[in-house]
Amino acid sequence: MAVLQVNPTRMELTQMKRRLVTAKRGHKLLKDKRDELVRRFILLVRENYSLREKVEKLLGYALNDFALARAVMDPGSLRQALMYPARQAAISVGRTNILSVPVPQYTIDEDSLTQGSLPYGMADTSAQLDNAIETMAEVLPSLIHLAEKEKTSSLLADEIQKIRRRVNALEYVMIPQFEDTIRYITMKLEENERGALIRLMKVKDMIEQREANSQLI
Amino acid sequence: MADKLRMGAVGEADVILAFKAIGAMTIPAVTADEVTQALHRLSRDKVPLIFITEAAARMAPEAISRYEQTPDTAVIPIPGIGGSDGYGTQRVRENVIKAIGADILIKQDRNEE
Repeated sequence: MAVLQVNPTRMELTQMKRRLVTAKRGHKLLKDKRDELVRRFILLVRENYSLREKVEKLLGYALNDFALARAVMDPGSLRQALMYPARQAAISVGRTNILSVPVPQYTIDEDSLTQGSLPYGMADTSAQLDNAIETMAEVLPSLIHLAEKEKTSSLLADEIQKIRRRVNALEYVMIPQFEDTIRYITMKLEENERGALIRLMKVKDMIEQREANSQLI
Repeated sequence: MADKLRMGAVGEADVILAFKAIGAMTIPAVTADEVTQALHRLSRDKVPLIFITEAAARMAPEAISRYEQTPDTAVIPIPGIGGSDGYGTQRVRENVIKAIGADILIKQDRNEE
């Protein structure tokens, strides 16, 4: 029995009861929030997992293309060709929230992907490089999508962990403590009441006895 | 907040070359210190999305965990030239274990098999 250090008074009792109601309400709300977060997290993480496998495969192809381009081109001219990026992929970051957990939302700037021309000359570069850049640009949307899912699931995981701890603290520490304290104060007050009653009865007996004695005299 | 922002890439020069071609800010890094510095630099430059090769990510776990809980910077591991070594999927699994307490993705794998 874990009783809080309080004075066993009626005022404390009312206060404790009020705190217990709040704790129970908070516990229910947090539990509901945790359940919903877990439900969404499971959906999200499954998607994240399969998306990662897909993207890893696609990115593997893109990197292979680059390796091929590097093999047929001389490193200097490759560096020179890529000095100015072939595609200016920019992203804009938005914010959304999932049950008050702020998560980022990435969107690719549309025209950055549709640029058809390549900014380098044809003479020093190979066709493999053009292909590689093309493949990379194709992978990019899935890559951004993966990044969004992965970041979201990581943030959700952390939030779920925090909420789970809070729920457990309320369920196994705070609420039992309040209940025990309430029981302790109630029992103490009842005991005081009984004590007072007995004292009164004793006093009454004593008075009666004294009166009886005085009448005798 | 709809500013157009650039992406970042950190890791072996061969891999990040691909990201340079699509306009990412790239910083080659092959040692733990270089990786940490590169991540901090990109995050200071307000790069919201940093791709890091798995090999580089393994070298600087502290730097990565620092950015794990901020919604402003996402550090995403990507496979290197030789394909994935499982670091990325392992991180997904760690998240699942953290949130749920058990790895439910193992079951999914078995079901698929």
